[in-house]
Amino acid sequence: MQSLTPEEQRRTAGFFTTEISHRVKRPLRLMEVCGTHTVAIFKAGIRQLLPAGVELVSGPGCPVCVTPNEYLDTAIAYSRQPNVILTTFGDMLRVPGSSSSLLVEKAAGADIRIVYSPLESLDIARDYPDKQVIFLAVGFETTAPTAAATVLTAARADLKNFSVLSSHKLVPPALQALLDRPGVRVDGFLLPGHVSAVIGVEPYRFLQRNFGIPAVIAGFDPLDILQSVYMLVRQLEDGAAKLENQYSRIVPAAGNPAACKLLEQVYQPADTVWRGLGMIPSSGLVLRPGYSAFDSRSKLPVVVEPASEPKGCRCGEILQGSIKPTACPLFGRSCTPDHPVGSCMVSVEGTCAAWHKYGAGRWQL
Amino acid sequence: MCLAVPGKIVDKQDMLATVDISGVTRKVSLMLLPEAQAGDFVLIHAGFAIQRLDEAEAKKTLELFKELEKYAELDA
Repeated sequence: MQSLTPEEQRRTAGFFTTEISHRVKRPLRLMEVCGTHTVAIFKAGIRQLLPAGVELVSGPGCPVCVTPNEYLDTAIAYSRQPNVILTTFGDMLRVPGSSSSLLVEKAAGADIRIVYSPLESLDIARDYPDKQVIFLAVGFETTAPTAAATVLTAARADLKNFSVLSSHKLVPPALQALLDRPGVRVDGFLLPGHVSAVIGVEPYRFLQRNFGIPAVIAGFDPLDILQSVYMLVRQLEDGAAKLENQYSRIVPAAGNPAACKLLEQVYQPADTVWRGLGMIPSSGLVLRPGYSAFDSRSKLPVVVEPASEPKGCRCGEILQGSIKPTACPLFGRSCTPDHPVGSCMVSVEGTCAAWHKYGAGRWQL
Repeated sequence: MCLAVPGKIVDKQDMLATVDISGVTRKVSLMLLPEAQAGDFVLIHAGFAIQRLDEAEAKKTLELFKELEKYAELDA
């Protein structure tokens, strides 16, 4: 927190870590399900501050990492079409598909442009009326409303050469699917703050009701995360699973009703495949029939190569928190941030990338 | 990917806001937060304001942290 002096921050962190150490009576496995949390935890060295009995594991919280190869292969197939401009967030560029990546295709001459906002795609569509502009709509509930707003804007402007290749995914169904798997052990969840800023608190209630698992919606400053871990430890100590909101300065209980309404207007839930978790019912978003003119898949048929996964990559198990990156035979050897094999290494928010970048010298092969 | 940055709305024209983000000025869509007004601190993601900062809640968190640091066990 910027308003605290470094010394105040150090002492507040000291309070939390001391209290956590005193209260932990058994080994605990706490899972964060947000790539931004993953990076924040590593960057601040929070794992090193916690007692040995508290293990922080990363779940399926990085949208790029959970995007299946089939989606990348489809995007790559579109990029090879002569009349297509692809627009994408920068995270997607280096993700390997079955046999190529968008970066490789861009180097080979494909017109692929990085945008900061999906709305920029509409300006490009206006500037190039003879081209089809396809936006790679990837992301969780934080990002999906921005794509929905863009589709709505395109519909109002009657823009006929813009569409989205949608792979938006929803966090609560993925948590449900994870917990339904045999052998998955999670004692508490650090829930994603910015996803919650949109969907609010209630969609996570099933964690408490159906599974009796403590959960805390957490902010992103190191002290936010430490406080959230402390709140989880307190819940576990009391033996009463609750759903708490540490990030109340950004997350009202109802979330963002306007964003949810817009999302509901443009998209509908659909079964979708997550890398590492497989098909999860109603965990994805597809455009409603009224917006099919903006759906790349139905508007622009394309031949896509059969998807294949890289040999030896264990991203799937890493995304479930069931193994650490160091258990993957490729980690740090043939799979590094400079030469990523799997998606968990290619995304800056990927678990493997974070382990590699911030764990240098502390992990052993 | 869900990274978001705080900024202050300095001007609002319909659904488009001019936002000051750490001294840098950007245009941000208010389509997802139509009730936001000039003077509000908002959270910005992918060119859209997605939520307003609740200043009272932020103050409460800050005060709690300041209170707790008094109880921290200092390293010897």
